[in-house]
Amino acid sequence: MKKNFSQVLKDNTMIIVLVLVYLFFTWQTGGSMFSPLNFNALITQNAYVFILACGMLMCMLTGGNIDLSCGSFVCFLGAIGGYLMVVKNLSTGISIVLMLVVGIIYGVVLGYLVAYMNIPPWIATLAGYLAFRGIGTDILSSNSSTGSISVKNMESFLNIFSGKLLSTKLNNLNIPCMAVGVIAAVIVILANLIGRANKVRKGYEADSAASVLLKSVIEAAVILLVMYKLAMGGGIPTVLVWVVVVVLFYSFITEKTTIGRHFYVVGGNREAARLSGVNTRRIMFLAYLNMAIITVITTWTVLARFQAANSTAGTNYEMDAISACVVGGVSAYGGSGRIFGMVVGATLIGVINLGMSLMNIDANFQKVVKGVVLLGAVAFDILSKRRAK
Amino acid sequence: MAKILLEMKNITKTFPGVKALDNVNLQVEEGEIHALVGENGAGKSTLMNVLSGIYPYGTYEGDIIYNGETCKFNTIKDSESKGIVIIHQELALVPEMSIGENMYLGNERGRKSKIDWHTTYVEADKYLRMVGLNESSKVLVKEIGTGKQQLVEIAKALAKNAKLLILDEPTSSLNEEDSRALLDLMLGFKKQGMTMIIITHKLNEVSYVADKITVVRDGSTIETIDNANHDIDEDRIIKGMVGREITNRFPKRTDVKIGDINMEVSGWTVHHPLYPERKVVDDVSLYVRKGEVVGIYGLMGAGRTELAMSIFGQSYGTLTAGTLKLNGQEVKLKKSPTDAIKHKIAYVTEDRKGNGLILSQSIKVNTSLANLDSISKNLVIDKDREYQVAEEYREKLKTKTPSVEQLVGNLSGGNQQKVLLAKWMFAEPEVLILDEPTRGIDVGAKYEIYCIINDLAKEGKSVIMISSELPEVLAMSDRIYIMNASKIVGEMKAEEATQESIMAAILKSGRGD
Repeated sequence: MKKNFSQVLKDNTMIIVLVLVYLFFTWQTGGSMFSPLNFNALITQNAYVFILACGMLMCMLTGGNIDLSCGSFVCFLGAIGGYLMVVKNLSTGISIVLMLVVGIIYGVVLGYLVAYMNIPPWIATLAGYLAFRGIGTDILSSNSSTGSISVKNMESFLNIFSGKLLSTKLNNLNIPCMAVGVIAAVIVILANLIGRANKVRKGYEADSAASVLLKSVIEAAVILLVMYKLAMGGGIPTVLVWVVVVVLFYSFITEKTTIGRHFYVVGGNREAARLSGVNTRRIMFLAYLNMAIITVITTWTVLARFQAANSTAGTNYEMDAISACVVGGVSAYGGSGRIFGMVVGATLIGVINLGMSLMNIDANFQKVVKGVVLLGAVAFDILSKRRAK
Repeated sequence: MAKILLEMKNITKTFPGVKALDNVNLQVEEGEIHALVGENGAGKSTLMNVLSGIYPYGTYEGDIIYNGETCKFNTIKDSESKGIVIIHQELALVPEMSIGENMYLGNERGRKSKIDWHTTYVEADKYLRMVGLNESSKVLVKEIGTGKQQLVEIAKALAKNAKLLILDEPTSSLNEEDSRALLDLMLGFKKQGMTMIIITHKLNEVSYVADKITVVRDGSTIETIDNANHDIDEDRIIKGMVGREITNRFPKRTDVKIGDINMEVSGWTVHHPLYPERKVVDDVSLYVRKGEVVGIYGLMGAGRTELAMSIFGQSYGTLTAGTLKLNGQEVKLKKSPTDAIKHKIAYVTEDRKGNGLILSQSIKVNTSLANLDSISKNLVIDKDREYQVAEEYREKLKTKTPSVEQLVGNLSGGNQQKVLLAKWMFAEPEVLILDEPTRGIDVGAKYEIYCIINDLAKEGKSVIMISSELPEVLAMSDRIYIMNASKIVGEMKAEEATQESIMAAILKSGRGD
């Protein structure tokens, strides 16, 4: 099946919308949106969405299931982290490991409830949504008079999850950073070309050389542009490395592995999957265990970014993650959706947020816009599918 | 000549890219039963949707003349107000509501917003008696069987003052007994002057009940055959449907080599998952040899599917007794389909949309699903290999599709069945249990499925074919088991079996429930 131009446009609608929206805000803010500083802000402010949404996507694939508790769990686990590091004076390493252990315990319990006791996920996680915010706030208020534990002095912790790599001064071109970008761009181009060459060698159907080349050039250009902006902005935000690792890992899992395939088929038709030899309960269990682990990683980055554990930490994170997935084309009924789509969706929401803030638009109105965008994306998705039929 | 009640003239309906109906003409006389036959996708349902206003006036070309006036229906309500009522193949009843509530859904008795429950139930009971259903209208729909639900649908149609009743595959989910009762009910209505259009795949029913038969093929009406004496030959109808003479509906097996016993179950007893005191499979013993096609004939509800699924890694019910031998060795399968697949058993479900296929995924993904490990290395799928496998099976089974990337949900029933078979053939089983492999697919596709079954047997696989179509069981099997009321009540060699001897075995055993 050769793809024609209109098909390519249709497949990439969200990316085109993203570019247009970005250009619109750049124009409205007199270029400020595109400045290295704001570019940096876009990444650090939205890092938690990218990470959390990877876990949420895996849950949604299994049949539109969601985790409402992750935002509250960020608050709870942040409080535990702060307590361990500041009140108990434990080392960074031990604290990180203990936080992970707490997350895994929660994941196992939640996974068991959902997969083996058949409790509807949104109810099981609604309980966590309520409870963890309560416990978290209680830990914070009984260990601090201000209701917040500062981790400002935990340098080794902060260095792992925040700050900048290869740091230099603002508005000086950062050479090592640029070098990383060039290497990444070359790797992407080579991967595309080798992939096509392999297909041709084995005699399989492959896209035309020109289209692969065009795709590679665009991808490389985007990477170089991003890295240039970061290089001018003083280095690579550490959290970006975490985001890239998590996103690449989950794209690999969902697109290349049998376990990823099982998530899709369980969401597509659970009974058919079971009768085809897929252990459907195990997949449900893994979805929620995985979600808890992802929430732990999110908590680390959030704790480091705010340099404190607060009772309001993680508020509405679950909704941000769900929105990113839905805007990124993940089916609310399960069975379809890609990590790449989610990344575009999360970026789009992030760009709209930042753009409106820079334009000093009223915060209440911003919420309205976000709601409309969410609804619009889903409506567009449903309409375009209907027309395809 | 009786009065023409309905005339559809030069109906043309186009969907984007497809001409679903092309200049269709249909004439229905008052008081007759008119059968509409044709292969899947021929346009029968589309035609009825045009008639009932589901496709509103203006979205098609041509005229509908009903009772002497030209009709322009915009919604289903418009056609119902004229007395044209359609009963769809998929029953549209709400399981959690009572029969009475369902019958007057959207058409509630009473004034303004207040429902008059007394009138509702009294009237509903009246119509239930008319269709011969002995249930109170206060019973919940989920508590009665499919056969009775179909009767509720008809009672619901009568309650709308139907003058022209359209039944779309009314017997597709009914067993033989219930089907016959339904057809007799239709004949009763005819005597009272009701006009009916029936769409069905079951040609014996057509010949039994219809006065006229209109054949639809590729969106056009081919011919209308008179069947006033109810004696039309099935082959005559098939000829019109497929556009050629079918000399043989069942391909001949060549080169039959039957080997050793491949799988044997004995004393197999399974209890219902929710009502543990109920035996759904009772002390069943059977075996199948290599290269053999064994038919299991039984009416729906006899316990055939339950037997098959319980052999397939206890995916249904609780096994309380029985042994399973594969190649002479006794094996105890874990309670999981995965274990059954590992032991080279495949179960091809009767319900391909419900629990057979992932409709939202491609042909490729569905084909590889049951044996994904064989094309993966360290959990990583070799996607090129996967594509190749899917292509291989597409060619082998002659699946009609532009590409294996096509979503299974977009395929016709026959092609979906082929994808389902491809999935299980790729799992490389030694024993294949096919549950109603030709249900709801057209004559041409059936023939191709039969050829695949013959090929499988030729390769030395053991095939168990469960079916409620007698001619199919008789023609395809080497040996036939007859199942009734959870038990095997007979075993015959194919050459000794006849329709009569099989039915006799069932009658002799008596109906269990």
